[in-house]
Amino acid sequence: MTRVRVEGLAAGYGGAPVLRDVAFELRGGDRVGLLGPNGGGKTTLFRVLLGELRPLAGTVEAPGRIGVVPQTERSRLDFPVSALDVALMGAVSRLPWWRRPGRAERGAAREALTAVGLAAEADATFGDLSGGQRQRVLVARALVQDASVVLLDEPFTGMDAASAERLEALLRRLAAEGRALLIATHDVDQARGWDRVLCVNGRQVAFGPPGDVLTREVLQATYGGAIVEIPGGGAVLPAHHHHDHAAG
Amino acid sequence: MVLATLGSILADPWRDPLTRRALAEAVLLAIAGGAIGCWIVFYNLAYSAESLAHALLPGLVVAALAGLPLLLGGAAGLVLAALGVALAARVPAIGRDTGVAVVVTTLFGLGALLALSSASPPGLQGILFGDILGVSNTDLALAGGLVVVVLGALGALHGRLVLVGFDRSNARALGVSPVLVDAALLVLVAVVLLVAVQGLGNLLVVAVLIAPAASARLLARRLAPMMAAAAAIAVAGVVGGLYLSFYAGTAAGASIAAVLVGLYALAGASSAMRARGPSRPQSAQEP
Ligand SMILES: Nc1ncnc2c1ncn2[C@@H]1O[C@H](COP(=O)(O)OP(=O)(O)O)[C@@H](O)[C@H]1O
Ligand SMILES: [Mg+2]
Repeated sequence: MTRVRVEGLAAGYGGAPVLRDVAFELRGGDRVGLLGPNGGGKTTLFRVLLGELRPLAGTVEAPGRIGVVPQTERSRLDFPVSALDVALMGAVSRLPWWRRPGRAERGAAREALTAVGLAAEADATFGDLSGGQRQRVLVARALVQDASVVLLDEPFTGMDAASAERLEALLRRLAAEGRALLIATHDVDQARGWDRVLCVNGRQVAFGPPGDVLTREVLQATYGGAIVEIPGGGAVLPAHHHHDHAAG
Repeated sequence: MVLATLGSILADPWRDPLTRRALAEAVLLAIAGGAIGCWIVFYNLAYSAESLAHALLPGLVVAALAGLPLLLGGAAGLVLAALGVALAARVPAIGRDTGVAVVVTTLFGLGALLALSSASPPGLQGILFGDILGVSNTDLALAGGLVVVVLGALGALHGRLVLVGFDRSNARALGVSPVLVDAALLVLVAVVLLVAVQGLGNLLVVAVLIAPAASARLLARRLAPMMAAAAAIAVAGVVGGLYLSFYAGTAAGASIAAVLVGLYALAGASSAMRARGPSRPQSAQEP
Protein backbone atom coordinates (compact mmCIF):
# COMPACT_ATOMS: atom_id res chain seq x y z
CA MET A 1 0.00 0.00 0.00
CA THR A 2 1.43 3.36 -1.04
CA ARG A 3 1.74 5.69 1.93
CA VAL A 4 3.57 8.59 0.29
CA ARG A 5 3.82 9.52 -3.38
CA VAL A 6 6.09 12.33 -4.51
CA GLU A 7 6.28 13.60 -8.10
CA GLY A 8 8.38 16.28 -9.75
CA LEU A 9 9.23 17.81 -6.40
CA ALA A 10 11.45 20.87 -6.00
CA ALA A 11 12.04 22.59 -2.67
CA GLY A 12 14.09 25.48 -1.31
CA TYR A 13 14.28 28.39 1.06
CA GLY A 14 13.46 31.45 -1.03
CA GLY A 15 16.42 31.34 -3.43
CA ALA A 16 17.16 28.65 -5.99
CA PRO A 17 15.81 25.19 -5.11
CA VAL A 18 18.18 23.17 -2.90
CA LEU A 19 16.45 19.95 -3.98
CA ARG A 20 14.77 19.14 -7.30
CA ASP A 21 13.58 16.36 -9.63
CA VAL A 22 12.43 14.21 -6.72
CA ALA A 23 9.98 11.41 -7.51
CA PHE A 24 9.50 8.29 -5.40
CA GLU A 25 6.98 6.44 -3.32
CA LEU A 26 6.98 4.90 0.12
CA ARG A 27 5.00 1.73 0.65
CA GLY A 28 3.83 0.23 3.90
CA GLY A 29 6.34 -2.31 5.15
CA ASP A 30 9.28 -0.66 3.38
CA ARG A 31 12.44 0.64 4.99
CA VAL A 32 13.85 3.20 2.60
CA GLY A 33 17.36 4.53 3.07
CA LEU A 34 17.85 8.22 2.24
CA LEU A 35 21.45 8.76 1.19
CA GLY A 36 23.16 12.02 0.42
CA PRO A 37 26.08 14.22 1.42
CA ASN A 38 25.77 16.88 4.11
CA GLY A 39 23.74 19.69 2.59
CA GLY A 40 22.39 17.27 -0.01
CA GLY A 41 18.77 18.02 0.92
CA LYS A 42 17.80 15.12 3.19
CA THR A 43 16.38 17.27 5.99
CA THR A 44 14.77 19.56 3.44
CA LEU A 45 12.92 16.59 1.94
CA PHE A 46 11.68 15.66 5.42
CA ARG A 47 10.42 19.17 6.00
CA VAL A 48 8.44 19.06 2.77
CA LEU A 49 6.94 15.67 3.63
CA LEU A 50 5.96 17.00 7.05
CA GLY A 51 4.25 20.03 5.51
CA GLU A 52 6.62 22.52 7.12
CA LEU A 53 8.03 23.61 3.79
CA ARG A 54 5.82 24.23 0.76
CA PRO A 55 7.14 22.60 -2.44
CA LEU A 56 8.32 25.01 -5.14
CA ALA A 57 7.09 22.51 -7.74
CA GLY A 58 5.57 19.05 -7.91
CA THR A 59 3.19 17.19 -5.64
CA VAL A 60 3.31 15.29 -2.37
CA GLU A 61 0.50 12.86 -1.59
CA ALA A 62 0.59 11.61 1.98
CA PRO A 63 -2.86 10.82 3.33
CA GLY A 64 -1.72 9.23 6.60
CA ARG A 65 -0.10 10.64 9.69
CA ILE A 66 3.64 11.22 9.45
CA GLY A 67 5.86 10.95 12.50
CA VAL A 68 9.38 12.29 12.72
CA VAL A 69 12.48 11.40 14.70
CA PRO A 70 14.49 14.60 14.29
CA GLN A 71 18.22 15.13 14.58
CA THR A 72 19.46 15.81 18.10
CA GLU A 73 19.33 19.45 19.14
CA ARG A 74 20.92 20.98 22.20
CA SER A 75 17.72 22.77 23.23
CA ARG A 76 15.90 19.46 23.58
CA LEU A 77 18.53 18.06 25.93
CA ASP A 78 18.15 20.99 28.33
CA PHE A 79 14.38 20.81 28.49
CA PRO A 80 13.12 19.39 31.82
CA VAL A 81 10.87 16.62 30.52
CA SER A 82 10.74 12.88 31.14
CA ALA A 83 10.73 10.20 28.46
CA LEU A 84 7.02 9.76 29.18
CA ASP A 85 6.40 13.49 28.67
CA VAL A 86 8.06 13.27 25.25
CA ALA A 87 6.06 10.21 24.23
CA LEU A 88 2.88 12.00 25.37
CA MET A 89 3.55 14.80 22.87
CA GLY A 90 2.32 12.41 20.20
CA ALA A 91 -1.16 12.64 21.73
CA VAL A 92 -1.44 16.43 22.00
CA SER A 93 -3.06 17.04 18.63
CA ARG A 94 -5.75 14.44 19.33
CA LEU A 95 -6.99 16.41 22.34
CA PRO A 96 -8.93 19.67 22.28
CA TRP A 97 -6.67 22.50 23.43
CA TRP A 98 -8.20 22.82 26.88
CA ARG A 99 -7.87 19.10 27.76
CA ARG A 100 -4.84 17.70 29.53
CA PRO A 101 -3.68 14.21 28.57
CA GLY A 102 -5.59 11.71 30.69
CA ARG A 103 -5.34 8.07 31.62
CA ALA A 104 -5.90 6.86 28.06
CA GLU A 105 -3.11 9.03 26.65
CA ARG A 106 -0.70 8.07 29.45
CA GLY A 107 -1.50 4.43 28.84
CA ALA A 108 -0.75 4.81 25.14
CA ALA A 109 2.52 6.59 25.90
CA ARG A 110 3.64 3.88 28.34
CA GLU A 111 2.71 1.21 25.84
CA ALA A 112 4.77 2.93 23.15
CA LEU A 113 7.76 3.21 25.51
CA THR A 114 7.40 -0.50 26.25
CA ALA A 115 7.31 -1.21 22.51
CA VAL A 116 10.65 0.55 22.04
CA GLY A 117 12.14 -1.22 25.06
CA LEU A 118 12.15 1.75 27.42
CA ALA A 119 9.40 0.91 29.91
CA ALA A 120 11.87 1.25 32.77
CA GLU A 121 13.08 4.68 31.60
CA ALA A 122 9.61 6.28 31.44
CA ASP A 123 10.38 8.65 34.31
CA ALA A 124 13.99 9.40 33.38
CA THR A 125 14.89 12.88 32.18
CA PHE A 126 15.09 12.93 28.38
CA GLY A 127 18.41 14.78 28.34
CA ASP A 128 19.98 12.21 30.70
CA LEU A 129 19.29 9.27 28.37
CA SER A 130 21.90 7.93 25.97
CA GLY A 131 21.71 8.95 22.32
CA GLY A 132 20.21 5.60 21.33
CA GLN A 133 17.59 5.76 24.07
CA ARG A 134 16.61 9.30 23.03
CA GLN A 135 16.07 8.16 19.45
CA ARG A 136 13.83 5.36 20.69
CA VAL A 137 11.83 7.76 22.88
CA LEU A 138 11.19 9.86 19.77
CA VAL A 139 10.14 6.71 17.92
CA ALA A 140 7.71 6.08 20.78
CA ARG A 141 6.31 9.58 20.24
CA ALA A 142 5.65 8.69 16.60
CA LEU A 143 3.93 5.48 17.75
CA VAL A 144 1.66 7.46 20.09
CA GLN A 145 0.85 9.67 17.10
CA ASP A 146 -0.19 6.46 15.36
CA ALA A 147 1.96 7.45 12.40
CA SER A 148 1.81 5.20 9.36
CA VAL A 149 4.96 6.84 8.01
CA VAL A 150 8.01 7.55 10.15
CA LEU A 151 10.85 9.79 8.99
CA LEU A 152 14.17 9.35 10.83
CA ASP A 153 16.84 11.99 10.32
CA GLU A 154 20.27 10.38 10.72
CA PRO A 155 19.18 8.35 13.75
CA PHE A 156 22.35 6.23 13.75
CA THR A 157 24.83 9.08 13.68
CA GLY A 158 27.16 9.02 16.69
CA MET A 159 25.63 5.81 18.06
CA ASP A 160 27.66 2.85 19.34
CA ALA A 161 27.26 -0.56 17.70
CA ALA A 162 25.04 -2.10 20.41
CA SER A 163 22.58 0.84 20.35
CA ALA A 164 22.57 0.82 16.56
CA GLU A 165 21.72 -2.88 16.48
CA ARG A 166 18.87 -2.32 18.92
CA LEU A 167 17.46 0.54 16.80
CA GLU A 168 17.85 -1.57 13.64
CA ALA A 169 15.77 -4.32 15.23
CA LEU A 170 13.12 -1.81 16.26
CA LEU A 171 12.91 -0.37 12.74
CA ARG A 172 12.62 -3.87 11.28
CA ARG A 173 9.67 -4.50 13.56
CA LEU A 174 7.96 -1.17 12.78
CA ALA A 175 8.18 -1.94 9.07
CA ALA A 176 6.89 -5.48 9.61
CA GLU A 177 3.84 -3.92 11.27
CA GLY A 178 3.08 -2.15 7.98
CA ARG A 179 4.62 1.26 8.50
CA ALA A 180 6.71 3.00 5.88
CA LEU A 181 10.08 4.23 7.11
CA LEU A 182 12.33 6.78 5.46
CA ILE A 183 15.72 6.75 7.17
CA ALA A 184 18.42 9.29 6.40
CA THR A 185 21.83 7.71 6.91
CA HIS A 186 25.47 8.04 5.96
CA ASP A 187 26.01 4.29 6.12
CA VAL A 188 25.73 2.88 2.61
CA ASP A 189 26.29 -0.69 3.77
CA GLN A 190 23.47 -0.41 6.27
CA ALA A 191 21.12 0.84 3.56
CA ARG A 192 22.00 -2.20 1.43
CA GLY A 193 20.06 -4.28 3.95
CA TRP A 194 16.88 -2.23 3.52
CA ASP A 195 14.13 -2.42 0.90
CA ARG A 196 14.86 0.66 -1.16
CA VAL A 197 17.26 3.55 -1.30
CA LEU A 198 16.77 7.15 -2.38
CA CYS A 199 19.96 9.00 -3.28
CA VAL A 200 19.92 12.79 -3.32
CA ASN A 201 22.54 15.45 -3.93
CA GLY A 202 20.67 18.67 -4.56
CA ARG A 203 18.53 16.62 -6.89
CA GLN A 204 17.41 13.01 -6.97
CA VAL A 205 20.22 10.78 -8.22
CA ALA A 206 18.43 7.43 -8.01
CA PHE A 207 15.60 5.52 -6.38
CA GLY A 208 15.04 1.78 -6.26
CA PRO A 209 16.09 -1.49 -4.63
CA PRO A 210 19.62 -1.22 -3.22
CA GLY A 211 20.92 -4.04 -5.41
CA ASP A 212 19.97 -2.11 -8.57
CA VAL A 213 20.68 1.38 -7.37
CA LEU A 214 23.86 1.32 -5.32
CA THR A 215 26.30 1.22 -8.18
CA ARG A 216 29.63 2.97 -8.22
CA GLU A 217 28.28 5.54 -10.66
CA VAL A 218 25.31 6.39 -8.48
CA LEU A 219 27.43 6.67 -5.34
CA GLN A 220 29.88 8.88 -7.19
CA ALA A 221 27.05 11.13 -8.37
CA THR A 222 25.61 11.17 -4.84
CA TYR A 223 28.75 11.89 -2.89
CA GLY A 224 31.05 13.38 -5.49
CA GLY A 225 34.59 12.01 -5.37
CA ALA A 226 34.45 11.21 -1.67
CA ILE A 227 34.05 7.43 -1.95
CA VAL A 228 36.56 4.69 -1.46
CA GLU A 229 36.64 1.37 -3.27
CA ILE A 230 36.83 -1.72 -1.12
CA PRO A 231 37.91 -5.14 -2.37
CA GLY A 232 34.99 -7.33 -3.37
CA GLY A 233 33.26 -4.68 -5.43
CA GLY A 234 31.70 -2.48 -2.76
CA ALA A 235 32.17 1.20 -2.36
CA VAL A 236 32.01 2.93 1.02
CA LEU A 237 32.33 6.40 2.38
CA PRO A 238 35.42 7.55 4.20
CA ALA A 239 35.01 7.11 7.95
CA HIS A 240 34.64 10.81 8.76
CA HIS A 241 31.32 10.92 6.94
CA HIS A 242 29.73 8.74 9.58
CA HIS A 243 30.31 11.13 12.41
CA ASP A 244 29.79 14.55 10.90
CA HIS A 245 26.84 15.29 13.16
CA ALA A 246 27.98 13.34 16.18
CA ALA A 247 28.45 16.46 18.35
CA GLY A 248 25.53 17.82 20.37
CA MET B 1 10.47 35.51 75.64
CA VAL B 2 12.60 34.94 72.57
CA LEU B 3 9.67 33.45 70.73
CA ALA B 4 7.46 36.38 71.66
CA THR B 5 10.08 38.82 70.38
CA LEU B 6 10.51 36.87 67.20
CA GLY B 7 6.74 36.75 66.81
CA SER B 8 6.42 40.46 67.12
CA ILE B 9 9.29 41.04 64.70
CA LEU B 10 7.48 38.87 62.20
CA ALA B 11 4.04 40.33 62.88
CA ASP B 12 4.86 44.01 63.31
CA PRO B 13 4.93 44.94 59.62
CA TRP B 14 1.41 43.62 59.08
CA ARG B 15 -0.44 45.51 61.82
CA ASP B 16 -1.42 48.18 59.32
CA PRO B 17 -4.19 47.25 56.80
CA LEU B 18 -2.17 49.11 54.18
CA THR B 19 0.79 46.75 54.51
CA ARG B 20 -1.50 43.74 54.77
CA ARG B 21 -3.04 44.66 51.44
CA ALA B 22 0.42 45.21 50.00
CA LEU B 23 1.43 41.75 51.22
CA ALA B 24 -1.61 40.09 49.69
CA GLU B 25 -1.12 41.92 46.40
CA ALA B 26 2.57 41.06 46.23
CA VAL B 27 1.94 37.38 47.02
CA LEU B 28 -0.73 37.11 44.31
CA LEU B 29 1.47 38.81 41.72
CA ALA B 30 4.38 36.60 42.75
CA ILE B 31 2.37 33.41 42.17
CA ALA B 32 1.25 34.51 38.71
CA GLY B 33 4.66 35.95 37.81
CA GLY B 34 6.65 32.96 39.06
CA ALA B 35 4.53 30.46 37.14
CA ILE B 36 4.52 32.29 33.82
CA GLY B 37 8.16 33.25 34.30
CA CYS B 38 9.18 29.63 33.65
CA TRP B 39 7.73 29.85 30.16
CA ILE B 40 9.31 33.25 29.59
CA VAL B 41 12.64 31.59 30.35
CA PHE B 42 12.04 28.57 28.10
CA TYR B 43 10.76 30.65 25.21
CA ASN B 44 13.59 33.18 25.52
CA LEU B 45 11.08 35.97 26.02
CA ALA B 46 12.94 37.89 28.76
CA TYR B 47 13.85 40.65 26.32
CA SER B 48 10.30 40.82 24.96
CA ALA B 49 8.84 40.99 28.47
CA GLU B 50 11.24 43.76 29.41
CA SER B 51 10.35 45.62 26.21
CA LEU B 52 6.63 45.26 26.81
CA ALA B 53 6.99 46.58 30.35
CA HIS B 54 8.88 49.65 29.16
CA ALA B 55 6.51 50.26 26.27
CA LEU B 56 3.67 50.54 28.79
CA LEU B 57 5.15 53.72 30.24
CA PRO B 58 3.59 56.48 28.08
CA GLY B 59 0.16 54.89 28.44
CA LEU B 60 0.55 54.76 32.22
CA VAL B 61 1.73 58.37 32.38
CA VAL B 62 -1.10 59.65 30.20
CA ALA B 63 -3.61 57.70 32.28
CA ALA B 64 -2.12 59.10 35.49
CA LEU B 65 -2.22 62.67 34.10
CA ALA B 66 -5.80 62.26 32.93
CA GLY B 67 -6.90 60.58 36.14
CA LEU B 68 -7.93 57.41 34.29
CA PRO B 69 -7.32 53.89 35.58
CA LEU B 70 -3.69 52.96 34.99
CA LEU B 71 -4.80 49.60 33.60
CA LEU B 72 -6.58 51.36 30.75
CA GLY B 73 -3.55 53.49 29.97
CA GLY B 74 -1.24 50.49 30.11
CA ALA B 75 -3.47 48.53 27.71
CA ALA B 76 -3.50 51.44 25.28
CA GLY B 77 0.28 51.68 25.60
CA LEU B 78 0.62 47.99 24.75
CA VAL B 79 -1.53 48.29 21.63
CA LEU B 80 0.52 51.30 20.55
CA ALA B 81 3.76 49.39 21.11
CA ALA B 82 2.50 46.34 19.20
CA LEU B 83 1.51 48.54 16.25
CA GLY B 84 4.85 50.34 16.37
CA VAL B 85 6.83 47.11 16.41
CA ALA B 86 4.73 45.64 13.60
CA LEU B 87 5.35 48.75 11.50
CA ALA B 88 9.07 48.93 12.29
CA ALA B 89 9.52 45.24 11.47
CA ARG B 90 8.09 45.93 7.98
CA VAL B 91 10.90 48.33 7.16
CA PRO B 92 13.36 45.94 5.55
CA ALA B 93 16.44 47.96 6.51
CA ILE B 94 15.66 47.85 10.25
CA GLY B 95 15.05 44.25 11.23
CA ARG B 96 13.02 42.87 14.05
CA ASP B 97 15.27 43.27 17.11
CA THR B 98 16.32 46.77 16.16
CA GLY B 99 12.71 47.64 15.39
CA VAL B 100 11.63 46.55 18.86
CA ALA B 101 14.50 48.46 20.45
CA VAL B 102 13.74 51.66 18.52
CA VAL B 103 10.01 51.58 19.25
CA VAL B 104 10.41 50.69 22.92
CA THR B 105 13.10 53.27 23.59
CA THR B 106 11.01 55.91 21.84
CA LEU B 107 7.92 55.02 23.85
CA PHE B 108 9.84 54.89 27.13
CA GLY B 109 11.43 58.28 26.41
CA LEU B 110 8.07 59.71 25.44
CA GLY B 111 6.60 58.48 28.71
CA ALA B 112 9.40 60.02 30.76
CA LEU B 113 9.13 63.28 28.80
CA LEU B 114 5.37 63.46 29.34
CA ALA B 115 5.74 62.79 33.04
CA LEU B 116 8.55 65.28 33.59
CA SER B 117 7.11 68.12 31.52
CA SER B 118 3.75 68.03 33.23
CA ALA B 119 2.87 70.90 35.54
CA SER B 120 1.65 68.43 38.15
CA PRO B 121 3.92 65.38 37.85
CA PRO B 122 1.88 62.19 38.18
CA GLY B 123 4.25 60.42 40.54
CA LEU B 124 6.75 59.10 38.05
CA GLN B 125 8.55 57.36 40.86
CA GLY B 126 5.49 55.27 41.70
CA ILE B 127 5.07 54.30 38.07
CA LEU B 128 8.71 53.37 37.58
CA PHE B 129 9.37 51.65 40.88
CA GLY B 130 5.91 50.54 41.89
CA ASP B 131 3.50 51.63 44.56
CA ILE B 132 2.72 48.42 46.36
CA LEU B 133 1.54 50.26 49.47
CA GLY B 134 -0.96 52.18 47.40
CA VAL B 135 -2.98 49.20 46.15
CA SER B 136 -6.76 49.35 46.45
CA ASN B 137 -9.22 46.55 47.02
CA THR B 138 -10.00 46.68 43.32
CA ASP B 139 -6.32 46.08 42.54
CA LEU B 140 -6.36 43.18 44.92
CA ALA B 141 -9.39 41.62 43.25
CA LEU B 142 -7.70 42.13 39.90
CA ALA B 143 -4.57 40.37 41.09
CA GLY B 144 -6.67 37.47 42.39
CA GLY B 145 -8.37 37.22 39.00
CA LEU B 146 -4.95 37.31 37.36
CA VAL B 147 -3.78 34.28 39.33
CA VAL B 148 -6.87 32.33 38.31
CA VAL B 149 -6.52 33.29 34.63
CA VAL B 150 -2.77 32.68 34.44
CA LEU B 151 -2.79 29.32 36.23
CA GLY B 152 -5.89 28.23 34.29
CA ALA B 153 -4.40 29.20 30.93
CA LEU B 154 -0.99 27.67 31.69
CA GLY B 155 -2.72 24.48 32.79
CA ALA B 156 -4.88 24.28 29.68
CA LEU B 157 -2.02 25.11 27.32
CA HIS B 158 0.54 22.97 29.15
CA GLY B 159 0.84 20.17 26.59
CA ARG B 160 1.18 22.62 23.71
CA LEU B 161 3.65 24.85 25.55
CA VAL B 162 5.80 21.82 26.36
CA LEU B 163 5.65 20.53 22.81
CA VAL B 164 6.64 23.81 21.14
CA GLY B 165 9.30 24.52 23.77
CA PHE B 166 10.81 21.06 23.33
CA ASP B 167 10.53 20.64 19.58
CA ARG B 168 9.54 23.86 17.83
CA SER B 169 10.67 22.75 14.39
CA ASN B 170 8.45 19.67 14.40
CA ALA B 171 5.49 21.08 16.31
CA ARG B 172 3.41 21.50 13.17
CA ALA B 173 3.99 17.90 12.21
CA LEU B 174 2.62 17.00 15.64
CA GLY B 175 -0.47 19.10 15.02
CA VAL B 176 0.40 22.21 17.01
CA SER B 177 0.95 25.68 15.56
CA PRO B 178 3.98 27.32 17.19
CA VAL B 179 2.77 30.76 16.06
CA LEU B 180 -0.51 30.37 17.95
CA VAL B 181 1.24 29.06 21.06
CA ASP B 182 3.71 31.97 20.95
CA ALA B 183 0.86 34.42 20.53
CA ALA B 184 -1.12 32.95 23.42
CA LEU B 185 1.93 33.10 25.67
CA LEU B 186 2.74 36.69 24.70
CA VAL B 187 -0.83 37.77 25.39
CA LEU B 188 -0.62 36.14 28.83
CA VAL B 189 2.70 37.85 29.52
CA ALA B 190 1.19 41.18 28.49
CA VAL B 191 -1.79 40.66 30.80
CA VAL B 192 0.51 39.79 33.72
CA LEU B 193 2.62 42.89 33.07
CA LEU B 194 -0.46 45.11 32.84
CA VAL B 195 -1.79 43.99 36.20
CA ALA B 196 1.57 43.71 37.95
CA VAL B 197 3.19 46.91 36.73
CA GLN B 198 1.21 49.11 39.12
CA GLY B 199 2.29 47.32 42.25
CA LEU B 200 5.80 46.31 41.23
CA GLY B 201 6.76 49.19 38.96
CA ASN B 202 7.71 49.57 35.34
CA LEU B 203 11.40 48.92 35.93
CA LEU B 204 11.19 46.12 38.49
CA VAL B 205 8.21 44.06 37.36
CA VAL B 206 10.38 41.94 35.08
CA ALA B 207 12.51 40.88 38.08
CA VAL B 208 9.52 39.04 39.55
CA LEU B 209 8.96 37.29 36.22
CA ILE B 210 12.53 36.24 35.46
CA ALA B 211 14.55 35.85 38.66
CA PRO B 212 12.37 33.20 40.40
CA ALA B 213 12.05 31.16 37.21
CA ALA B 214 15.79 31.32 36.61
CA SER B 215 16.37 30.14 40.21
CA ALA B 216 13.81 27.35 39.94
CA ARG B 217 15.44 26.21 36.69
CA LEU B 218 18.56 25.42 38.69
CA LEU B 219 16.69 23.40 41.31
CA ALA B 220 13.90 21.45 39.57
CA ARG B 221 14.13 18.72 36.96
CA ARG B 222 10.48 18.72 35.82
CA LEU B 223 8.20 21.48 34.63
CA ALA B 224 5.40 21.27 37.20
CA PRO B 225 7.79 21.28 40.19
CA MET B 226 9.76 24.04 38.51
CA MET B 227 6.67 26.23 38.19
CA ALA B 228 5.72 25.51 41.80
CA ALA B 229 9.27 26.30 42.93
CA ALA B 230 9.33 29.53 40.92
CA ALA B 231 6.05 30.65 42.45
CA ALA B 232 7.33 29.76 45.94
CA ILE B 233 10.61 31.58 45.39
CA ALA B 234 8.75 34.61 44.07
CA VAL B 235 6.49 34.61 47.13
CA ALA B 236 9.53 34.28 49.42
CA GLY B 237 11.14 37.14 47.52
CA VAL B 238 8.24 39.56 47.84
CA VAL B 239 7.59 38.69 51.50
CA GLY B 240 11.31 38.98 52.32
CA GLY B 241 11.46 42.20 50.34
CA LEU B 242 8.56 43.70 52.25
CA TYR B 243 10.22 42.82 55.59
CA LEU B 244 13.46 44.34 54.35
CA SER B 245 11.59 47.42 53.25
CA PHE B 246 9.84 47.71 56.64
CA TYR B 247 12.90 47.30 58.82
CA ALA B 248 15.56 48.87 56.61
CA GLY B 249 13.28 51.66 55.44
CA THR B 250 14.11 50.94 51.80
CA ALA B 251 11.73 51.25 48.85
CA ALA B 252 9.46 48.21 48.59
CA GLY B 253 9.98 47.44 44.89
CA ALA B 254 13.76 47.73 45.09
CA SER B 255 13.87 45.59 48.27
CA ILE B 256 11.86 42.87 46.56
CA ALA B 257 14.19 42.90 43.56
CA ALA B 258 17.22 42.73 45.87
CA VAL B 259 15.87 39.72 47.79
CA LEU B 260 15.00 37.96 44.51
CA VAL B 261 18.52 38.41 43.24
CA GLY B 262 19.85 37.10 46.57
CA LEU B 263 17.64 34.02 46.26
CA TYR B 264 18.95 33.46 42.75
CA ALA B 265 22.51 33.55 44.06
CA LEU B 266 21.54 31.01 46.75
CA ALA B 267 19.93 28.72 44.16
CA GLY B 268 23.04 29.00 42.01
CA ALA B 269 25.33 28.14 44.91
CA SER B 270 23.18 25.19 45.97
CA SER B 271 23.01 23.79 42.45
CA ALA B 272 26.79 24.19 42.04
CA MET B 273 27.33 22.34 45.31
CA ARG B 274 25.05 19.49 44.25
CA ALA B 275 26.87 19.26 40.93
CA ARG B 276 30.14 18.71 42.78
CA GLY B 277 28.66 16.20 45.23
CA PRO B 278 28.55 12.47 44.49
CA SER B 279 24.76 12.20 44.30
CA ARG B 280 24.25 13.99 40.99
CA PRO B 281 22.50 11.66 38.53
CA GLN B 282 24.87 10.67 35.77
CA SER B 283 23.83 10.16 32.18
CA ALA B 284 22.02 6.86 32.04
CA GLN B 285 23.85 4.01 30.35
CA GLU B 286 22.33 1.99 27.58
CA PRO B 287 20.76 -1.05 29.30
N1 LIG C 1 16.55 27.12 6.89
C1 LIG C 1 17.32 27.17 5.80
N2 LIG C 1 17.43 28.32 5.08
C2 LIG C 1 18.20 28.39 3.99
N3 LIG C 1 18.90 27.36 3.49
C3 LIG C 1 18.83 26.19 4.13
C4 LIG C 1 18.04 26.03 5.31
N4 LIG C 1 18.15 24.75 5.75
C5 LIG C 1 18.98 24.15 4.87
N5 LIG C 1 19.38 24.99 3.90
C6 LIG C 1 20.26 24.66 2.76
O1 LIG C 1 19.64 23.67 2.01
C7 LIG C 1 20.59 22.71 1.57
C8 LIG C 1 20.16 21.34 2.02
O2 LIG C 1 20.25 21.26 3.43
P1 LIG C 1 19.69 20.03 4.25
O3 LIG C 1 18.37 19.64 3.71
O4 LIG C 1 19.75 20.39 5.68
O5 LIG C 1 20.80 18.92 3.90
P2 LIG C 1 21.11 17.55 4.67
O6 LIG C 1 20.02 17.29 5.66
O7 LIG C 1 21.15 16.55 3.58
O8 LIG C 1 22.45 17.71 5.31
C9 LIG C 1 21.93 23.14 2.14
O9 LIG C 1 22.63 23.82 1.12
C10 LIG C 1 21.57 24.07 3.24
O10 LIG C 1 22.55 25.06 3.38
MG1 LIG D 1 20.19 17.03 7.71
